[in-house]
Amino acid sequence: MLQALTLTMTLRESLAIPLTELEVGEAGTIDHISLPPAGQQFLMRVGFVPGVQVRFSRRAPLGDPSVYSVDGTEIALRAETASRIMVRRGWLSPLGDLA
Amino acid sequence: MAFAIGGLGVNCHSTESAVTTLGESSENPSREIRTVALIGPPNSGKSTLFNRLTRLRQKVGNYPGVTVEQRLGLLAGRGHEIRIIDLPGVYSLTPYSDDERVAVDVLTGKMDGLPRPDAVLLVLDVTHLSRQLVLAKPVIALGLPTFVLLNMADIFAKGGGSLDVLKLAEELGAPVAMVSATLGTGLDSVERFLRQDHDRRPDALLPVLPVLHDLPQCRKWASQVGRRIDYQQHLPSVWSRRLDDIFLHKLWGPLIFVIVVGAVFQTVFGLGQPMSTAFQDLLSKLGQQAAPLIPDGILRSLLLDGLWKGVSSVLVFLPQILLLFFFIGLLEDSGYLARAALIADRTMRSVGLNGKAFIPLLSAYACAVPAIMATRTIENKRDRIATILVAPFMTCSARLPIYTLLIAAFIPNRPVVGVLLGARACAMLSLYVLGFLAAIVTAKLLKSSVLKSAAAPFVLELPEYRWPTWQSIGLRLLDRAKVFLRQAGTYILAVSLLVWVLTHLPLHNGHAPQLEQSAIAYLGHGIAPLIRPLGFNWKIGVGLLTSVIAREVIVGTLGTIYGTAPATHSMTLQNALSQDLTFAGAIALLVFFAFAMQCTSTLAMVRRETNSWKWPALQFAYMTVVAYAAAFAVNQILSALLK
Repeated sequence: MLQALTLTMTLRESLAIPLTELEVGEAGTIDHISLPPAGQQFLMRVGFVPGVQVRFSRRAPLGDPSVYSVDGTEIALRAETASRIMVRRGWLSPLGDLA
Repeated sequence: MAFAIGGLGVNCHSTESAVTTLGESSENPSREIRTVALIGPPNSGKSTLFNRLTRLRQKVGNYPGVTVEQRLGLLAGRGHEIRIIDLPGVYSLTPYSDDERVAVDVLTGKMDGLPRPDAVLLVLDVTHLSRQLVLAKPVIALGLPTFVLLNMADIFAKGGGSLDVLKLAEELGAPVAMVSATLGTGLDSVERFLRQDHDRRPDALLPVLPVLHDLPQCRKWASQVGRRIDYQQHLPSVWSRRLDDIFLHKLWGPLIFVIVVGAVFQTVFGLGQPMSTAFQDLLSKLGQQAAPLIPDGILRSLLLDGLWKGVSSVLVFLPQILLLFFFIGLLEDSGYLARAALIADRTMRSVGLNGKAFIPLLSAYACAVPAIMATRTIENKRDRIATILVAPFMTCSARLPIYTLLIAAFIPNRPVVGVLLGARACAMLSLYVLGFLAAIVTAKLLKSSVLKSAAAPFVLELPEYRWPTWQSIGLRLLDRAKVFLRQAGTYILAVSLLVWVLTHLPLHNGHAPQLEQSAIAYLGHGIAPLIRPLGFNWKIGVGLLTSVIAREVIVGTLGTIYGTAPATHSMTLQNALSQDLTFAGAIALLVFFAFAMQCTSTLAMVRRETNSWKWPALQFAYMTVVAYAAAFAVNQILSALLK
């Protein structure tokens, strides 16, 4: 049972890719944030909450930081931060979206 | 009130304990609202609303993190006085940054000198309701009468958004209204809410909000509420995205950034200079007109040569300072500033500064005092202190008077890059660059030594572009003009008086001495050996002494000294200086002012914000040493080259 659970977890986590791996214009659903709790809190406060949809809107002129669209707001993150936000490709979300 | 932050229901952790301590209103038995707090997420339009409600000027920007301290105002209109506290924008009530600590302290009545608010106006940007609603829970759970204002209703409606307001009020257990702070619509409901009596929220109402434990849960709740109230998101403006295609373009982005910055300086100097000259003519004409009205003698000398020359030599820079603030306001309100921060982030990172340091450092171009307050948005303590320490290197507007004066006196007015950039604008721009370089080198030094820390994540919100309103920019300019005139009317007036008195002492048989024999000359000659290697004469020395109070004071002091000296009495300060100072000395003086820490207000603010004398002392010593060394080098090298 426990093994199965671990397996599902691993499977689930393996499906998640860093936000930075999305193509420009592509959307995904936030799965988890692989940062210590303080870092997670920090990102969640500005809208990067697991279950929420996020779209890679554009790269900044010098390549980094990049702009992501979450909850209708455009937010710029450096690659070092964005790469810790794990997403699953596509629009499917357990939370649904407000729109 | 026995009230712990942990038990506040903050950040959705638990709501039950919020109920227990409420209901006592001994200070305000009539239950009429006397104090109300304005709270909301960053950039939700609280400050604009605050302005609308109080009709007071206050700094409002299209940029997250502009309000850094709670501000007080009185509700305009009839009826009893209602105090409005404008809190900094917060994402949650977890005291994560100093901003949020301020907000929580005020809301729980723990802020010294402020009564606990009787009611809360919660401002949410309706165009981003899904995210903003997360704050509604902990705020409403505080148990104070809360009015939820869905701001930006105009943009929302225009973009085709819609929601069921009554349903939302039911979900939240609090009244809800759609408003537009920019247009001023829907605000009569706020007044009605504030003027009516309120009972403290009965305990029975609280369970409307389910107890939730973390942010994802809160967010999920917000989503569910959104579905139940038929929230239809508005379509984000196509314009914002199109503009970003240009302003954040790989090639055009940085190019436009450089052009914008260059154009601002060129205009401030190119357009500001003739404006200042015209203003100067007007001021000296006023002096001449007034002269016959005052009996000839010591009184006329005191009023005209002493006070009027001193004060007016500083006043002439008002047009340029207002121009600079006009452009900063334009950039900030339009939303371009956030894009500039994005482009500048690479530079900020390379010196180890938090990307958020860009906001305070940019406002430091106007004045270091609000800039140091604005560092409160930086969560990391060490990053924050590093930013505070380097902020005064940024070229603040108090440096403009001496810069403009010396540049006009010593740099010829000829084009460098066609009509685009003149030699004078170039010189001015170099001084700005110099200050910026000093800031980043110092930041790098600090961050790699005493203030080393792990980098905090950089998060920058890009607001939609908006048309700046004349009202907002006008209020800001009025505010700056007031501050500047107050300075001129107090410090500069006092220093001018002191300098004039010292130029007239000691008396010989009831007559003022020659300038060279006066007390001021004695003082100036005293420090002359110290500053001679920098190429400064004793008069500049006196200016350096008086300008420890504030940078612009030097101009007033020099105005008084040269105005009293017989040889330069009838000249403008600019002409007097160009005869009395070498080119190398003038450039050295410019460099000295680029680096030196001459501002008691800034030092006081650093003391307050770092809560120790250590940092302001270190800052003052460091900046003075750097300024001295740089001015020394510049004077020596230039003198050798020009021989």
